[in-house]
Amino acid sequence: MARFAPLLPELILSIGGTILMMVAAFTGRRGSGATSWLAVALLLGATAALVGAPSHAGPLFDAFISADLFASFGKAIIFPAAAVAIIAAHGWFEHDHEHSSEYAVLIVFSAVGMSVMVSATSLVALYVGLELQSLAAYVLASYRRTDERSAEAGLKYFVLGALASGILLYGISLLYGFTGTMSFTGLAAAFGRGAPSLGLLFGLVFVLAGLAFKASAVPFHMWTPDVYEGAPTPVTMFFGSAPKAAAVLLATRLCVDGLGPATDAWRQIVIFAALASIFLGAVAAYGQTNIKRLLAYSSINNVGFAMIGLAAGGARGASSVLFYMAVYVVMTLGAFLCVLWMRDKEGRPVEGIESLSGLAQTRPAFAAAIAVFMFSLAGIPPLFGFWPKLVVFTAAVHAGYTALAVAGILGTVVGAYYYLKIIKIMYMDEPADAYARVREPVQGLLILVAALIVSPLGYLLIAPLGWWTDKAAGSLF
Amino acid sequence: MLSLLIVVPLIAGVLCLFVKAEGARWLALIGTLVDLALSIDLWAGYDPDGPQWQFIEKAPIGGGVSWALGIDGIALVLIVLTAFLMPICIGASWRAIEKRVPEYMTYFLLMEALIMGSFAAQDLFLFYIFFEGGLIPMYFIIGIWGGAERIKASYKFFLYTLAGSVLMLIAMLYMAITAGTTSIPALMAYDFSKQAQALLFLAFLASFAVKLPMWPVHTWLPDAHVQAPTAGSVILAGVLLKLGGYGFIRFSLPMFPDGSLQFIPMMFVLSGIAVVYTSLVALVQRDMKKLVAYSSVAHMAFVTFGLFAMNRQGIEGAMLVMLGHGLVSGALFLCVGVVYDRLHTREIERYGGLSDNMPGYALLFMVFTMASVGLPGTSNFVGEFLSLTGTYRASTWAAITATTGIILGAAYMLWLYWRICFGTQRHADAAAMPDLSLREWWLLAPIALAVFWMGLYPESFLRPIRNDVGRLQARLERVQPAGDSRLTLGKGAAAIDMGHTQ
Repeated sequence: MARFAPLLPELILSIGGTILMMVAAFTGRRGSGATSWLAVALLLGATAALVGAPSHAGPLFDAFISADLFASFGKAIIFPAAAVAIIAAHGWFEHDHEHSSEYAVLIVFSAVGMSVMVSATSLVALYVGLELQSLAAYVLASYRRTDERSAEAGLKYFVLGALASGILLYGISLLYGFTGTMSFTGLAAAFGRGAPSLGLLFGLVFVLAGLAFKASAVPFHMWTPDVYEGAPTPVTMFFGSAPKAAAVLLATRLCVDGLGPATDAWRQIVIFAALASIFLGAVAAYGQTNIKRLLAYSSINNVGFAMIGLAAGGARGASSVLFYMAVYVVMTLGAFLCVLWMRDKEGRPVEGIESLSGLAQTRPAFAAAIAVFMFSLAGIPPLFGFWPKLVVFTAAVHAGYTALAVAGILGTVVGAYYYLKIIKIMYMDEPADAYARVREPVQGLLILVAALIVSPLGYLLIAPLGWWTDKAAGSLF
Repeated sequence: MLSLLIVVPLIAGVLCLFVKAEGARWLALIGTLVDLALSIDLWAGYDPDGPQWQFIEKAPIGGGVSWALGIDGIALVLIVLTAFLMPICIGASWRAIEKRVPEYMTYFLLMEALIMGSFAAQDLFLFYIFFEGGLIPMYFIIGIWGGAERIKASYKFFLYTLAGSVLMLIAMLYMAITAGTTSIPALMAYDFSKQAQALLFLAFLASFAVKLPMWPVHTWLPDAHVQAPTAGSVILAGVLLKLGGYGFIRFSLPMFPDGSLQFIPMMFVLSGIAVVYTSLVALVQRDMKKLVAYSSVAHMAFVTFGLFAMNRQGIEGAMLVMLGHGLVSGALFLCVGVVYDRLHTREIERYGGLSDNMPGYALLFMVFTMASVGLPGTSNFVGEFLSLTGTYRASTWAAITATTGIILGAAYMLWLYWRICFGTQRHADAAAMPDLSLREWWLLAPIALAVFWMGLYPESFLRPIRNDVGRLQARLERVQPAGDSRLTLGKGAAAIDMGHTQ
């Protein structure tokens, strides 16, 4: 049994999730509230189980997965984010009598998949984790099956996701064929033996392409705006936060652990994807009128910055990626929680950014919260969103990639425009119809906490968070 | 002490959100007056002969950054200027701002906190955070309470300044990594390689040139000024532009002396174009506020002339021009605001002969016009004279170009004054305007007193900065060719004496 102790968080979630599914099957719609809260409890329990020595045991099961600090850090982001995604659904689906218990169960299973992703040290584990997460995500995207857009989002996500999985799998088969191993350490050894062969390079490119799809990095981002727009908002919020962090962390571990000796081969790919994501994410957001679409481009933009840290390489680079994703997840959750609260007088959700007009006059606190998240996503000091950007740029300059940092930072200026546009609409335009008040104290509290974290008070977190990210990144080396 | 200076407006600003309009006004006024009192106390407690950095505070935040505050004389006088102008800004907005007053006051107080922080910061990234943070409240002030074109102006202001600053951030990262410290005093003594200095200088120039602003990146300024509410213009011209000049003195010159030396010709050419070009542009303006805004660009060119003359008179002159311009341009914007509040137009054409019905206004307006022109006995004379002396010692041609600016400055300011205050009263509504109210006297009279004080006894303001300028000059001397006559210290002191016997 002791062998399984390091897997405690995953075990809690898998077994608990299975039981929850049974509960859901027998209680049906009536039990949805209880199932949700139980799922939240499971996720928080799994987070609590991260504390302690067994969860940092190192490689397990013939280097299939590794329960190290890096994985724990990832899970510490993913599980609470998943829990918030469940809480966010309260009062959202009820409105259409759609909320059934499967939502929470699916998120729990998705969280298991993500936790395998961030711990994977073998290509099989990587693929299994990714697919487990994705399958749950496809269903979640089409969760509102009576809504055409939601169905379209699910279908689109599934078809494109299957394509990406195919590419990924093909890359894995190439890597396996040319090296004879699935483990990251084996790959590293194979890449370490001189210049990689063409087959290995193809394998590497295909695997990275598959991961870029999951992280919605340019040029594999096309699904993002449509899926983000079509999926129910709590689901969009989930997509924007935890799975994204998991994909970026997975890519980081793969690049550092498995492809470390081939750094020169993947670095240029990552640099291209980073800059392309930053600029496309910034430019394409200009004309958007749907807040969810706009935030989709914002998430593409942000993943580019995280990839700058990855391109910088080394423990410092990996640490900056962790730091970036941790703060990014908080900003995204906060921003989407605010989007959830955009309801018209009848309580129906609205998504047009023009409906935010004059919000600063009708609902000052609400507007202030959105403004904090927007300025923070734009990376304008003194808000805390500035600091993670600074951390990745520091890593890039440290690694000698000053030009990359310059290009990235110019991207922030381009991107600042559309964040400013939202602020302008809220603060400088004449008030539109007021939103209905949402009575969800837990969500309100979560918005408050997220806003406080990304406010200037967040700078107090630099020391502890930096310490953790350094430790976690250090466990990769 | 310095933390208090930052925290007081911050707290007052947050409190403003929870009160009604009238309460917010008083709260803001009290907050800024307390800050003024604190800064005067700071001035009194500052020892000009003491160590370079005083009132030091330091607490680590993490990630290599610390809450490190401390000031030298240069920061001190700018802090006092800020604290002096802030209550006046609040007063100027007392009746002019009617909508969303608590929010307005909050942004102003936040801005004061951020500006104070920028001047007091001793940590590179702390400085950047304060420096950039100032964009947010100003963006709101222009965008919410501005004129018809306010949205465009606010975007332009924000994006221009942001674009300038981000390059500086990369340069800061490079410096922090190369030198292994983010402490500004330590960096001021650190020698970067010559090649690096050139690039670092350009990166910092991108930021400060936009902020100051220098030709050709000044175009955001007229828009921002024209659209901003009066108090916004005052604080923009009075203090925010000074952040650019302060940046040159604090970062560019001491940290990259070699880089600065290489770019002197470029800086002189840009400043020369700025002086002549913007003065000519000011001459043809029909909008009073735009005219004053362009004159700001021209005056700021004296700052860059003086600084890049790289001698004692030049740098001291640049400091005094900054202080003098902070007072005078602020006052001129207030003067524009006074008539704008009455007639709601900034067209020069719509006024005329105001000396008849508004004698008090005409008197004060004349004081500030003369100060702007650089009449001896007013603040700008001392600064411009010193700055020109310094420039002359560095380059005759530069000095000749700069002097043209003084002549043109006299032309456009006197012509403006003539068109507004003298002549016949062509418009009945303009002729019916009442003279200054008591509140307006309270706003303008203190500035007028300060203008004369600085003009008649500049020693009060030169004394705190003298040692710091000396240190800066000693640092710059190392990179300049040995035995250069421009660097003689003794003559410099003599020129200063000349400055304030006038």
